Amino acid sequence: MSLVFAGVCSHGPGMTGRKDMADSDDVETLYAAMDNMREALEASRPDALVVIAAEHFANFFMNNMPAYCMGMAEDYEGPIEDPAWLGIERTSVPGNPDLSRRLIERTMQDSDVAYAEEWKFDHGIMVPLHFLTPRYDLPVIPVNINCQGPPITPLHRAWAFGQALRKACDSVPERIAVVGTGGISHWPATPDSGKINEPWDRDFLQRWAANDRARLLDYTDEQTYLEAGQGGFEIRTFIAVSGATEGSTASILYYRPIPIFAVGCTVGIVDLEVAN
Amino acid sequence: MSLYHLQKLLYQLNRDPELQQRFLEDKEAVLEKYKLDEEELAAVKKPDIGLLYILGVNGQILMHYAAMCGYAWPEYIQAMRDALEEHGNVRAGLYVTTDGKGAI
Repeated sequence: MSLVFAGVCSHGPGMTGRKDMADSDDVETLYAAMDNMREALEASRPDALVVIAAEHFANFFMNNMPAYCMGMAEDYEGPIEDPAWLGIERTSVPGNPDLSRRLIERTMQDSDVAYAEEWKFDHGIMVPLHFLTPRYDLPVIPVNINCQGPPITPLHRAWAFGQALRKACDSVPERIAVVGTGGISHWPATPDSGKINEPWDRDFLQRWAANDRARLLDYTDEQTYLEAGQGGFEIRTFIAVSGATEGSTASILYYRPIPIFAVGCTVGIVDLEVAN
Repeated sequence: MSLYHLQKLLYQLNRDPELQQRFLEDKEAVLEKYKLDEEELAAVKKPDIGLLYILGVNGQILMHYAAMCGYAWPEYIQAMRDALEEHGNVRAGLYVTTDGKGAI
């Protein structure tokens, strides 16, 4: 079939774990936007959901850090975090190893990816799933782009990975949904947690919604670190989605800086033309 | 300084409930398997979350260890802020690449 859905969303652990500390209007509007995203995802009738994430040392460490990795497991467990801290119960999420293998093999034609038959989800994937597949009944294929431990993959490679993934999606009979999840500017888990560079975020989202390759790749990591923090490295997940949907513009359903969630909370959906 | 090994210990603790249990029962037995210096050992055992930040532990690793040690979110953030006052700038790792103050 092909790609039937593509979008992006935030995954800050505070979105679920610290919701009682947030302003109720922030929680209600963000949760409503995530609900809208879930409805759009369900309406696309996907057979599997590929989550392009930027995990935070749940599986991958500096002893053997892949720039890109795709999951090929029967199932995945998560969250690794204390369920009470994250506000999400520990559970098992179904995978689809056969589909994973076909997607990985095709992606490898154009992009060097590692694979993993064991994978524990952290908040980077569990928070999106909590909202998007709350019954954990849709097979998930996780993708990780190392955005945490430099050296990290260049932005143009993240775009190229997205292109390779798209070709893979187009090569299988299943209906595939892709969700990229990362922060834009943020300084997560540091003394300056809660700092958000809203103008930087809005400028980035404009580039993302326009699927403007040249301007999306026009950042250096030094500049991003200074203006958007360590968390800004996670724009790679958004850029991979753009690469996978080259030529399609996107809509930002929601953007609001919510300091207690440590990020400008974002929901975006690509305006894909999908033949039913 | 052995930031790599310090982070490796915390990474493994964060993702492995069995190791967490062994650590809670007998810290020394777990710690002897990692190449840590005296300052790092003391910071892990106390735990001194603020000092671990100053030593360069990535926040994405540290926040989980802090949660495991019972730190509420505001306490975790405050511990790092206090440590910057007490010890000065971050000494190694990702946050030292700009002004050594990490995020601030």
